[in-house]
Amino acid sequence: MTAQTRKIPAPQTNPENKPFWDAAGEGRLLVKRCRACGEAHHYPRALCPFCFSDDTEWQDASGRGTIYSYSVMRRAPVPYAIAYVTLEEGPTMMTNLVDCDFDALRIGQPVKVVFAPTEGGAPMPMFTPA
Amino acid sequence: MTLKGSAFIAGAYEHPTRKADDKSLAQLHAEVAKGALDDAGLTKDDVDGYFCAGDAPGLGPLSMVDYMNLKVRHVDSTDTGGSSPLIHVAHAAEAISAGRCSVALITLAGRPRAEGMATGTAPRIATATAPDVPFEFPYGPTIVNMYAMCAMRHMYQYGTTSEQLAWVKVAASHHAQHNPHAMLRDVVTVEEVVNSPVIADPLHRLDCCVISDGGGALVVVSPEVAASLKRPKVRLLGAGESPKHQMGGKVDLTYSGAVRSGAAAFEMAGVNRSDIQYVSIYDSFTITVLMQLEDLGFCEKGQGGKLVADGNLISGVGKLPFNTDGGGLCNNHPSNRGGMTKVIEAVRQLRGEAHPAVQVKNCALALAHGTGGSLGTRHGSATLILERQ
Repeated sequence: MTAQTRKIPAPQTNPENKPFWDAAGEGRLLVKRCRACGEAHHYPRALCPFCFSDDTEWQDASGRGTIYSYSVMRRAPVPYAIAYVTLEEGPTMMTNLVDCDFDALRIGQPVKVVFAPTEGGAPMPMFTPA
Repeated sequence: MTLKGSAFIAGAYEHPTRKADDKSLAQLHAEVAKGALDDAGLTKDDVDGYFCAGDAPGLGPLSMVDYMNLKVRHVDSTDTGGSSPLIHVAHAAEAISAGRCSVALITLAGRPRAEGMATGTAPRIATATAPDVPFEFPYGPTIVNMYAMCAMRHMYQYGTTSEQLAWVKVAASHHAQHNPHAMLRDVVTVEEVVNSPVIADPLHRLDCCVISDGGGALVVVSPEVAASLKRPKVRLLGAGESPKHQMGGKVDLTYSGAVRSGAAAFEMAGVNRSDIQYVSIYDSFTITVLMQLEDLGFCEKGQGGKLVADGNLISGVGKLPFNTDGGGLCNNHPSNRGGMTKVIEAVRQLRGEAHPAVQVKNCALALAHGTGGSLGTRHGSATLILERQ
């Protein structure tokens, strides 16, 4: 089964996460990294979820990662693959796997980021086999 | 503060309806309240503490104590999704120990079936302002595909198979055949489960629980009140609760909060896993049961597939009888929250009032465990250990 295009709802942005979506609009994937403890995290927060420092900064991610787990939602009007992808920078993020053969997906498979348009909002970072 | 022996479950009631087209939500809550109070031999005027979660209408406790005209001095609306009723039992014991109430009423009810909810397959937003929503909702997370990702990872990491998962459903169906209220009463085979349509890889339709209306209620009382009542006494021996989440991006889908809630409950109770004669285990999906049994310590991590296979969960057949009412997989999953019915069936077993075909002989020690929210994102685990006195 091959991925088809489906309508993606727009992400609701807020002042805390706006830079992430602005970058997505430019085709860049950002992660948040803490200057105090050095850890990267996801989803991005103003306060580091590991040491609670407020000294966190946006960082460009390489856009490369591996599939941690996934599931193809067969019982949907347009079947789609949901996944957790572990980024090279460390954090694991929820996403969709697109432009791929669903039946060839494997845990551990290398993937790279692509950006999918949404209905009237910022594009969503998704992943495709590298 | 230990809760060991601090409270008793004196009343338990499961609503017989599975499709409540002709009832309101508040009415369902009140009907189960009445049922549990009748069961305990108490009246609504005896109730001085009330507990409910997000399935209650309006402002939860405020709306419901108004509807039922209760005169309480303590309320608690802790919401961890489907595990809330187990947490409410522990919180009721805490409130009783602190002298804040002596007769605590806990209700759960819902009518997702009458409302035509696509409970498992439609993406839902719990709260639009939740910080995770923009980073998850557009990807189409549903109840079933989140649990499916746990199953997929478990299979990858430990070699668990669809056939092993299917045994969980097979065992539940063996029990449900004896429950006249169960939605699904036909005994199914491993082959039927693995050959049912895939909903979200690797979970099939028969790996999923039912969608049902109804509800249930519990009455938790102080030792002094319990001593005045006639029904068999079910004593709280141990309790534990623990949320688990994505840990800032260090996602690990291979275990649940049961690792912590179970350990806490066993420590408080002072009993061993091998002492437990019956378990009620949250069964939103087959994978939920398998992972929780591992996390509660009934086998080594990764060995859950072997533990549940070959009828080991079937009462009278295997070593670890579970969900003898048919569970959420076959009997009832009211309000999309299976925690209440888990406690109720454990109480039936300890009273010797389960169906004779599934009653565990001389059942004196039981465990009930719930997982609320989503195993694939953020959830609340809660464990109770109960004994007959």
